[in-house]
Amino acid sequence: MTQVNMTVNGKAASGDVEGRTLLAQFLRDSQGLTGTHVGCDTSQCGACVVHVDGKAVKSCTMLALEADGAEVSTIEGQANADGSLNVIQQAFQDHHGLQCGFCTPGMVMSAAALLKDNPKPTETEVRDYLEGNICRCTGYHNIVKAILAASGQDVSAIAAE
Amino acid sequence: MYNFDFVKPATVDEAVKALADDEAQALGGGQTLIPTLKQRLASPSKLVSLTGIAEMKGVSKQGDTVVIGGGTTHRTVAEEAASAYPGLADLAGRIGDPAVRNRGTIGGSLANNDPSACYPAAALGSGATIVTNSREIAADDYFQGMFTTALEEGEIITEVRFPIPKKSAYAKIAQPASRFPLVAVFVAQYADGVRVAVTGASNNGVFRWSEAEAALSGNFAADALDGLTVASDDMIGDLHGTAAYRAHLVGVMAKRAVAAAS
Repeated sequence: MTQVNMTVNGKAASGDVEGRTLLAQFLRDSQGLTGTHVGCDTSQCGACVVHVDGKAVKSCTMLALEADGAEVSTIEGQANADGSLNVIQQAFQDHHGLQCGFCTPGMVMSAAALLKDNPKPTETEVRDYLEGNICRCTGYHNIVKAILAASGQDVSAIAAE
Repeated sequence: MYNFDFVKPATVDEAVKALADDEAQALGGGQTLIPTLKQRLASPSKLVSLTGIAEMKGVSKQGDTVVIGGGTTHRTVAEEAASAYPGLADLAGRIGDPAVRNRGTIGGSLANNDPSACYPAAALGSGATIVTNSREIAADDYFQGMFTTALEEGEIITEVRFPIPKKSAYAKIAQPASRFPLVAVFVAQYADGVRVAVTGASNNGVFRWSEAEAALSGNFAADALDGLTVASDDMIGDLHGTAAYRAHLVGVMAKRAVAAAS
């Protein structure tokens, strides 16, 4: 076992891990941050997306030891300081951007990464960016709508299909 | 996944020493290797991460060449090579998905040489030079069949040098589930001729389509490829597409790449 130290959602986090311990396992099992979901475990579905040093990564396909010293953000760190939903989370609620909710943590984290780089994406850019996030409920339309709304764009013209 | 020791050296020299152990395996961004370890298709006793080696990261333009560190992520190439070599940056920016591009590296992709990976097409299609800790290897000598390269055990790709073409483009039709190329073609026009590299199609991995190169070197236009076909004998056939379909797509993708080249 090796000690790993990182910052998770602004707080110091450490634990003893094996070489093979995945970042997703460290967050869920060692830190109790079970908002990060493991869906496919083959880096296809994106339910496990977190930010490492500001960049979206699939935490099921990164070793915990690779994140030693990194700043990690998870879905648990997304809400506003007063506990209210942030803009993206609120838009997912307002636009019914989730059905079963399993993919939602990854969708929100990917959306946050997209809007950081591209504050006013087009619908096509949103859909392209979500290539690595799979929703088994196939609720993509309202997810895309929520992300566009979170970017401050008028989504009233986008029909609910 | 079986357990392993994990080391993260800070220099190429330290990494080479760590990889001298027979049971050691280099780890780039891990976007292929970690899934492979999960499936127990590999079981190294030690992983040597290359992600902490600063000297292996970055994109720079040196004269007529773009030099990319072996540990540079696809995202960084997409962003930082865009002005010097737009065709290469476009290819890098369409590998996998955004989260994969934030981890996956050019050195990892070329060392793995997946027969459906994107980067081998750019390296072979550009006549790139693969630079390792011990030597320089021309792309024409480097790719030696599916998952097979000229790399020796423990050899590390430290940088890749791409001659900048006059025009280039990458045309890809994605396999709908994996998003790897079903077939993709990289075309690059240089002063001394055109190179055409095909990935995703052949059982032997990436290859140059020499008849298309000859036709395009005379006339760099999509219709110069009219009537040219590749044999389907060595093409991959699976549930996503037959060998004959892939052979047909080689021609279609090559034409699209030429039409899009800039």
